[in-house]
Amino acid sequence: MQTDTNLKDIRVAITEGTSGLGLALVRLLTVKGASTAFVARTAPSVERIARETGAHGIVGDVGRKDDIYPMALQIAGNLGGLDVLINNASNLGPTPLMPLADTECEELERALSVNLLGAFRLTKALFGSLAASARNGRSALVINISSDAAVNAYPGWGAYGASKAALRHLTSIWDEEAKAQGVRFLSIDPGDMDTPLHATALPDADPSVLRRPADSAAEIIKMMIAEFPAAHVVGVNG
Amino acid sequence: MIAAQGPDRRSTRLLTVAADGSMRHLPRSGMASLFNPGDVIIANDAATLPASLLGIHVTSGAPIEIRLAGWIRLGDPTCFIAIAFGQGDYHTRTEDRPLPPPLLAGDHLLLGPLAAIVEHLLDHPRLISLRFTDNPATILTGLAGHGRPIQYAHVPEPLALWDIWTRIAAEPVAFEAPSAGFALDWRTLTAWRLRSIHFATLTHAAGISSTGDPVLDLKLPFDEPYRIPEQTALAIGRAKAEGRRIVAIGTTVIRALESAANADGSIRAGDGIARGQIGHRSILRVVDAILTGVHERGESHFELLRAFTQDAALDRISQNLAANGYRSHEFGDSLLLHRKPSQA
Repeated sequence: MQTDTNLKDIRVAITEGTSGLGLALVRLLTVKGASTAFVARTAPSVERIARETGAHGIVGDVGRKDDIYPMALQIAGNLGGLDVLINNASNLGPTPLMPLADTECEELERALSVNLLGAFRLTKALFGSLAASARNGRSALVINISSDAAVNAYPGWGAYGASKAALRHLTSIWDEEAKAQGVRFLSIDPGDMDTPLHATALPDADPSVLRRPADSAAEIIKMMIAEFPAAHVVGVNG
Repeated sequence: MIAAQGPDRRSTRLLTVAADGSMRHLPRSGMASLFNPGDVIIANDAATLPASLLGIHVTSGAPIEIRLAGWIRLGDPTCFIAIAFGQGDYHTRTEDRPLPPPLLAGDHLLLGPLAAIVEHLLDHPRLISLRFTDNPATILTGLAGHGRPIQYAHVPEPLALWDIWTRIAAEPVAFEAPSAGFALDWRTLTAWRLRSIHFATLTHAAGISSTGDPVLDLKLPFDEPYRIPEQTALAIGRAKAEGRRIVAIGTTVIRALESAANADGSIRAGDGIARGQIGHRSILRVVDAILTGVHERGESHFELLRAFTQDAALDRISQNLAANGYRSHEFGDSLLLHRKPSQA
């Protein structure tokens, strides 16, 4: 079934938008006409992807507290508000992967600061924009990118898995709390993808058996659209 | 009254003044239990720009502080009305800040990573319009990285953006925080919702509250653009038809609503400009009560309260606030004042 969707009325922000799943999301969303902003740490990569896609590129580190409000200011300012926030930035913890007993405290802290605290802080800073969107008859949605490591106890994935498990539970609680404001929270596991993060974690994995980030991005956008009333999604066929 | 030491959103207090003048002290968290089903609470959801920019006046090489203070076109960050100060920063009271170096139209300013040109001088040595030479996204990046919240000497610690964004802050269009909104949190909004009290917002580009210069302060507040969503106008219309109260969170909400009011008290949704002051001669057509900070006689915010009740009543309120050690300024305590029926 062919779906041709025009998302031109929807404003989306994505963290870590210059590689892997985040980049695939930025590309697909901009092709579909969404007003898109993305964040990443490296200025040259941000500029390159901004030029390629036409999205608003913002330089910042989700794991640094002092970067969060400047990011939120640029997201809400450039997009004139926000309908969808996709917390995609992820830190793997120690690389190569290590048992927890060999994981440095600082490595766990860094994984938590990106995967849990960063997502929490940015969502909190932008919650006013999301709630404003919902109040004014639009939809408002936070998508937190999760992993099967948030559920299963994979040896060596302790820092990543524990931080993603915490994010998953935070997502569930916030979804309950934010219903009153009309803001939905989704936790999505995009599956094992052929991404730089996966290659770092499992360098010997066969990429041909992994999902393409573009396929996962398409599925995430489909789930996102399902949360939006038809009025804000133009030209849906099929 | 005691000046605020800094932002502290959980230990603040609230004096409520009913339409008959009776007063009650509450912790501000007690707001959740106020108001009646069907009442509409309206707040300003503007987020606040880091609108203070330190830099150099290129012609003279002298240091300068620019405080962005007004939009030329709402949402276009290339041009602003601005106040200029000479050497120093917020640690010095604005009243004691030196004038900027003499400015001429066409002068270049370097404000951190941002380059700007003085477009016009506006009838006062501190008041200019300026134009940034970069594109809007680059200007926002420059403001996000180099700009600091506009701050006054009564708060000694440097403020961060998280200090000046209210919980409901959305689009960054204000130059100073719509500070009455610091009284709101999501717990209170959820409690109101459960009690069928309607919460709505507008977006009003709150300007600066003080320049420290008595001549320039007479021009405040500057014209301020606002946007009223259709849903907010409809909620007000319904509440008015049912005889419910309209409660404004802050003076900017009053300015926007009264500016957008038709003679029958209905509201025009959309964009507008709030001009002039509201004071004791103003007739309020929309708002029944205001939640505001603690203000002192002579401030423009206090002048606005004279539209709600008589001077003798305001004197009694001021005495009560002072006697009970209420804290003034933007991070202080709150006052909920209902309009006296005779003022309707």
